[in-house]
Amino acid sequence: MKSLAAKRHPLSAAARQVQLLEDPVHDLPGFRETLERHGIRTLRSTALGTLQVNIGKMCNQTCVHCHVDAGPDRKERMDRPTMEACLQAIDAHQIGIVDITGGAPEMHPDFRWFVAEVRKRGARIIVRCNLTIIVSNKKYRDLPEFYRSQGVEVVCSLPFYTAGRTDRQRGDGVFERSIEALRLLNAVGYGTGDSDKVLNMVYNPAGAFLPGSQSDLEQQFKKALLKDHGISFDALFAITNLPISRFLEQLQKSGNYEEYMEKLVNAFNPVTVEGLMCRTMVSVGHDGMLYDCDFNQMLEMPLSAGMPRHIADLPNASVIGRNIVTGRHCYGCTAGAGSSCGGATT
Amino acid sequence: MENNYYDPADLKKFGKITEYQKELGDKYFSYYNDVFKEGALTAREKALIALAVSHTVQCPYCIDAYTVDTLEKGCSEEQMMEAVHVAAAIRSGASLVHSVQMMNKVKALTHG
Ligand code: SF4
Ligand code: SF4
Repeated sequence: MKSLAAKRHPLSAAARQVQLLEDPVHDLPGFRETLERHGIRTLRSTALGTLQVNIGKMCNQTCVHCHVDAGPDRKERMDRPTMEACLQAIDAHQIGIVDITGGAPEMHPDFRWFVAEVRKRGARIIVRCNLTIIVSNKKYRDLPEFYRSQGVEVVCSLPFYTAGRTDRQRGDGVFERSIEALRLLNAVGYGTGDSDKVLNMVYNPAGAFLPGSQSDLEQQFKKALLKDHGISFDALFAITNLPISRFLEQLQKSGNYEEYMEKLVNAFNPVTVEGLMCRTMVSVGHDGMLYDCDFNQMLEMPLSAGMPRHIADLPNASVIGRNIVTGRHCYGCTAGAGSSCGGATT
Repeated sequence: MENNYYDPADLKKFGKITEYQKELGDKYFSYYNDVFKEGALTAREKALIALAVSHTVQCPYCIDAYTVDTLEKGCSEEQMMEAVHVAAAIRSGASLVHSVQMMNKVKALTHG
């Protein structure tokens, strides 16, 4: 499968996605409108606890739901000076958590250097790992050992605990290879309850439906993976699919767009607003541009007016208290129990 | 009026049945909500039972609703289909067990 960008699909353009999401033809309230209806007049950041760094769009997979439109055909990646600017920002703001994502971030030639540099600064490091990268090539097989040596917290993704549903979303044979990678992670002690070797797992629904209770899903995943494959992990993060990029295209193609959006809007839960991840993070794109979150990054919605545009400007700027830039895609974060890169927010 | 009997959009109007009989409608929905709460059975087990029963009563609205519900609750395709087989087995068994009556009657009539 090719990325939307390689196919020159109209929805590969962020502006087209925003246009579709905000189209008044769809009888849906705007996100701000809904916040106001619940007495929430402003949505502001409260801290800068996490820097999420998207180091590139290249990936060994081309999952149908990918909100990054990643794939082997995407060559965009962060250059070394931009990575250095990230490190300066981490120093300047004493940022406690650095969340490294992609694509498959491990494919970046400077990935290991960057992780080691972040570690020197004492920040907690999270790497978003798609699992199959570990077994995709001999040169990646030592990744579990590398993660262990750097005290990396691994957040892996596995769409479901059965092969059929996983492979439909991620490609043939992905489940089997993911299991092989999980075994390698378990073998070096990841996911066995050791706080230095945390292995968390992301679940996101393989279609136009919402995730159910995170704790129930965690129990089911743990039971099935242990019984069928002898695998263990620490916590499950249930994440709602946001209507962005390839998932948006899938929704449109399958005729589920309106129903899915209605579902998200109807499931709006005001209690989730306090824990929205955009309130405590800044997201950096491969080109160094700054956003409130990875989703805004994909929609090319930069930080609000008056805020720095580029990571090189972050060290000398104050971004706490800024207004968060929102749109209808944000309903994905406020539905039900809420959703963030760390799963449910309530 | 639509010129077909079932319209998927009607499922969303289910709550409006209270329009013609509020008290009984309200009682029904409150009972319904209580039934599906986590209890001695988990909400997930209840959703699978509901999916099976939906097939027995052949209600397209319920089939749609409980397909989504079981997916959301993390059920696998195999679990969902096995639930339907349970419904089908009981249903076919109910037909087949009546064949004993047929056999009794045959035997009575043919002095067999
Ligand atoms: S969802 Fe993750 S693993 Fe799949 S294509 Fe996107 S970045 Fe790669
Ligand atoms: S998509 Fe979610 S995390 Fe991003 S700005 Fe909207 S609510 Fe915040």
